[in-house]
Amino acid sequence: MDTLLPVASGSAAGPLTADELRELYSLMVAVRHLDTSAIAWQRQGIIPGYAPELGQEAAQVGSGYAVDTTRDFAFPTYREMGVARTMGVDMVAYMSTHKATWHGGLYNPMESRLAPIQAVVAGSVLHAVGWAHGQTLDKKDGVALTYFGDGASSQGDVHEAMNFAAVMKAPVVFFVQNNGWAISVPTERQVAGGSVAARAAGYGMPALKIDGDDVVAVLEATRRAFAHARSGNGPVLIEAMTYRRGPHSTSDDPGRYRSLDEERDGAGTDPLERLRQRLLADGIADEAFFAEALAAAKVEEEQIRTGIQALGSRPGTEMFDLVFQETTPALQAQAANWREESEHV
Amino acid sequence: MSNSILESESASGNNTADNTAGDTITNPAGSEPATTVMSMQQALNRALDEVLAENPKAVIFGEDCGRLGGVFRITDGLQARHGAQRVFDTPLAESGILGMSVGLAMAGFHPIPEVQFDGFAYPAINQMVCQIARMNYRSRGTMPMPITLRVPSFGGIRAPEHHGESLEALFAHVPGLKVVSPSNPHEAYHLLKYAATRPDPVIFMEPKSRYWQKGEVDAARHDAGGGSTTGAKVMREGRHLTLIAWGAMVARCLQVAELAAEDGIDIEVLDLRWLKPIDAEALAASVRKTRRAVVVHEAPLTSGLGAEVAQLITQSCFDTLRAPVERITGFDVPYPSGDLEDEYIPNIDRILFGIQRVLEYKRG
Repeated sequence: MDTLLPVASGSAAGPLTADELRELYSLMVAVRHLDTSAIAWQRQGIIPGYAPELGQEAAQVGSGYAVDTTRDFAFPTYREMGVARTMGVDMVAYMSTHKATWHGGLYNPMESRLAPIQAVVAGSVLHAVGWAHGQTLDKKDGVALTYFGDGASSQGDVHEAMNFAAVMKAPVVFFVQNNGWAISVPTERQVAGGSVAARAAGYGMPALKIDGDDVVAVLEATRRAFAHARSGNGPVLIEAMTYRRGPHSTSDDPGRYRSLDEERDGAGTDPLERLRQRLLADGIADEAFFAEALAAAKVEEEQIRTGIQALGSRPGTEMFDLVFQETTPALQAQAANWREESEHV
Repeated sequence: MSNSILESESASGNNTADNTAGDTITNPAGSEPATTVMSMQQALNRALDEVLAENPKAVIFGEDCGRLGGVFRITDGLQARHGAQRVFDTPLAESGILGMSVGLAMAGFHPIPEVQFDGFAYPAINQMVCQIARMNYRSRGTMPMPITLRVPSFGGIRAPEHHGESLEALFAHVPGLKVVSPSNPHEAYHLLKYAATRPDPVIFMEPKSRYWQKGEVDAARHDAGGGSTTGAKVMREGRHLTLIAWGAMVARCLQVAELAAEDGIDIEVLDLRWLKPIDAEALAASVRKTRRAVVVHEAPLTSGLGAEVAQLITQSCFDTLRAPVERITGFDVPYPSGDLEDEYIPNIDRILFGIQRVLEYKRG
């Protein structure tokens, strides 16, 4: 499905350059390696839990690559590590949420242009609409990119967000990663009407249903959507068809709801391998480049792991100090009691 | 409910009131006008008008807030004066309105959304509790949520179901939210202006049954007799017992105090104003003096805010209390239809019975 008119999206960008394609590969390798390592960290007791995005590297790197961090803002859920890495977020600060250091992560969302990690399914989709409307009110040209999944598409907030954005012509790109599974529930038990993208028509919004495992297709679609929204034409919905190759989280056991054969059939070809074959076929990269990219990813992962392991707990006073900008006497009294009693333990 | 001592005789449910100006009372010296008589609707409207004028990032939105001026006309004329970019209508979805507020706050605005009626806040609870209340915390203070949510609240107007709810205990229980409710036009003007300039989310509960009652507003100063905008306020001094209330119940308690005075009972009335955080010091100061307390609210009894008030008083005044703190409240029933509304909302007789029980209490 592609109901985004070329005229509306204008001259988004030409074909991707060789440098861009190589950078996309490097990013995807870095994300893949960090993602699979994080599972190992959890098994080793370095972190208590993690929500892997194995198989969604193309969807996340391709879309995140379209963000202009000088003016745009992205709104993740809890599975957008690849987006964060692509946008250049401090990854120790990002991964700290999985270390149980701080719920939203330790990165500065305003400076990173990435909203805090969001555990409520569909929770931040409306925030993107509000932020985008703020761009309109301020006569700025930033675009909000909001992520959610096929499961979240069932939430009322997603529908309210799409309707609000369409009514107000807010510059929002709704980016659905349809990874086939909402924990144990497959898309066919989740999404009536065949696709999330089909719903865009009901809001008078253009939609693109794309191969979410083709990073080039993802990036090009996201750039087109950004150009459309940035030009004051209102929101766009992108449904990137992909597959959650791993468990929902490190606590999940996919064997209870899908077989290995089903997994293999559903997953298709690995998005990283697809890009590798493409770069080889086009003569853009060689084995030496791939080896170098993997080596760099390993160095990066080690640095992040070291940083995570070095992270101590946040001081307990932050529980109290960060609730309000202007604290209250009651909260101060509770903090004082906590301090006094904790010192006697 | 008849008029309280604070109301003018002519005040009634006139929803076409001219809100551009009240009647100015010039002081005897004939110099600057001291106070202006206006309805709470006019006072709120004026406060919002001034907030919009003073803060270019303040925006007002919600269902019917724009052209119509709100179903209670609180935003009447504001779109015409400040433009459709600053005062606008949204689609009819409360979660959308509150969720959108988060994004606008992130973008540097001071959103002043309206949820049209108390009961309509229920569909927005997720955005209020999981998002607005926690975003400052989640973001480690980098994304403040200066959101002032106006909610026409409480009962008393013979409205349909879900139009007479008292949600203060629900809101007050949520870490990260502050809750305030004005009791008269003067309080409405000042508390709204204060709330709408705070860097934290404030739920502003407007007693809708009081919208059309007039009172004197001194725009120049909030608490003439000292006190703080962030705390409770003694509305009537007394020696024998403290009546604690907020919103529409304050006027009723003042009326009760006048009736009790005829029997020689000298009642202090404390307008709590802030329901989160509660001014524990003001409670302690008053009840230390009177040694008896009755708390009055429209919300159901069980786990109502009256329980919190009673505990705060017990904590500070246990040794001198002459009787357990009494709660005169709504019942643990769904808010009833108009015909039974007066049976549900604490009335003068029920409050007087409560006072009598406290005064006649014998230890042991």
